[in-house]
Amino acid sequence: MIEVKGFSKKYGKLTVLKDVNLRIEEGSITAVVGPNGSGKTTLIKSMLGLALIEEGEIRINNHALNSECSYRRDIGYMPQLSRYPDNLSTRELLDMLKDLRNTREDLDEELIEKLDMVKEMDKPTRNLSGGTRQKVSAIIAFLFSPKLLMLDEPTAALDPVSSSYLKDKIIKENNRGKTIILTSHNMNEIDELSKNIIFLLEGRVFFEGMVDELKKLTGQENLERAVANLMKGSVS
Amino acid sequence: MNVSIKISRYQLRDLLRSKVLIIYTAFFFLVTYCLFRFVGDTSKVVVSLMNIILIIIPLISIIFGTTYYYNSREFIVLLLAQPINRSSLFTGMCIGVSLPLIMGFLAGVGIPLVIWGAVTLHDIDTVLMLLFSGALLTFIFVAMAFFISVANEDKLRGLGISLLLWLLLSVVYDGLVMLAVVLFADYPLETPLIVLSILNPIDLARVLILLKFDISALMGYTGAVFQKFFGSSFGMLISLISLTFWAAISFAMGMKFFKNKDF
Repeated sequence: MIEVKGFSKKYGKLTVLKDVNLRIEEGSITAVVGPNGSGKTTLIKSMLGLALIEEGEIRINNHALNSECSYRRDIGYMPQLSRYPDNLSTRELLDMLKDLRNTREDLDEELIEKLDMVKEMDKPTRNLSGGTRQKVSAIIAFLFSPKLLMLDEPTAALDPVSSSYLKDKIIKENNRGKTIILTSHNMNEIDELSKNIIFLLEGRVFFEGMVDELKKLTGQENLERAVANLMKGSVS
Repeated sequence: MNVSIKISRYQLRDLLRSKVLIIYTAFFFLVTYCLFRFVGDTSKVVVSLMNIILIIIPLISIIFGTTYYYNSREFIVLLLAQPINRSSLFTGMCIGVSLPLIMGFLAGVGIPLVIWGAVTLHDIDTVLMLLFSGALLTFIFVAMAFFISVANEDKLRGLGISLLLWLLLSVVYDGLVMLAVVLFADYPLETPLIVLSILNPIDLARVLILLKFDISALMGYTGAVFQKFFGSSFGMLISLISLTFWAAISFAMGMKFFKNKDF
């Protein structure tokens, strides 16, 4: 379970997140949505300890985040942008992470085959295309069967086949009890995957609840229109 | 510590395949080879090598370190999302970038030296001092590069500051010393010049090598002052300690910023 209490984040003078309060239950899929620059990535990075916590509190499984790093053992993270050491192959990259985590067993390497990466494993990563790099990040995120997955726009650069495999994987892992947090701009995808939604606007939580609730509230059947209505409502 | 070693091991594997490093090694190889072919005398070769090393090592180390950091930003984020603490990662990266550069330098200079150099017992100390100073300078300038890049979000700005720092320490500095000597010829300059020298790791390395060499004619102004003021061995000790301080301070500053950075 993740609890965020009174969390604010500033970069210099720019306030990115303002007094965010959230609760994400174990075993749920939660989508974080919002316009560009609304603070989605910052929220995820704060939960990972990448952005430092200065005001407020974030607790993961009742464990307040500080500089301690062992809680990240249970987290798989798929960043929005990825780039790896130029001259290492994907295989060496995965070896490096296994070495760093000291984990060689219970690895989930299903995605290597599913995302059609077997033949790319020995190429230096500098020769990989943007989409292929994103596949590598997906493989890394799921590799250690973490209890909590944070996926920052996981399907943005993927082709439709890979994207659908990845979505299947997300649903499968969730059925096994994994907690999943993802961001996306594709509302159909969110509608397909997640039951919970957090809508961020200018650094504040504008809506937090079930996707169905949001649809009912705005009287729209389609999530994209529901969110659009929500945004328009906020403007007027 | 264990984690740092693992990180640097994979970085080493990555960088030993990089073209820049191969060119860097080949450059030192070629220069050393040519010097032996055309100059011959080992002490003269060492002095010429020193002058090249004192310019090239800081330049390449600081530029390579800076570009490497900025190109690795996304990867650093990925590594920080693993159960790794920031100080292990920073230590590992500093070692992982300076080690391949040091290896390239040692191989590039060392191989021709062993093959073509007639190294006498007297020269071997100087040669070792040259190699050691080069290695230490590499680490200092990689650590400075990391400090600059961690502190500056913008890549161009970071690169600019790195270049400027190199220019200041290797070119402008010599001019400043000359100017001071000419302008204030009537005043006692020893103390200010020693302070100035301690503030410049490149000059410290030069003083260290030349004091070992013990040829006053090549000493340059600050070297001569060091010798006059402290004598050869004490002067070497002082410059060595100051260089170590430079390494420690650059590393510690980078680490401090790295620990408090928002990624």
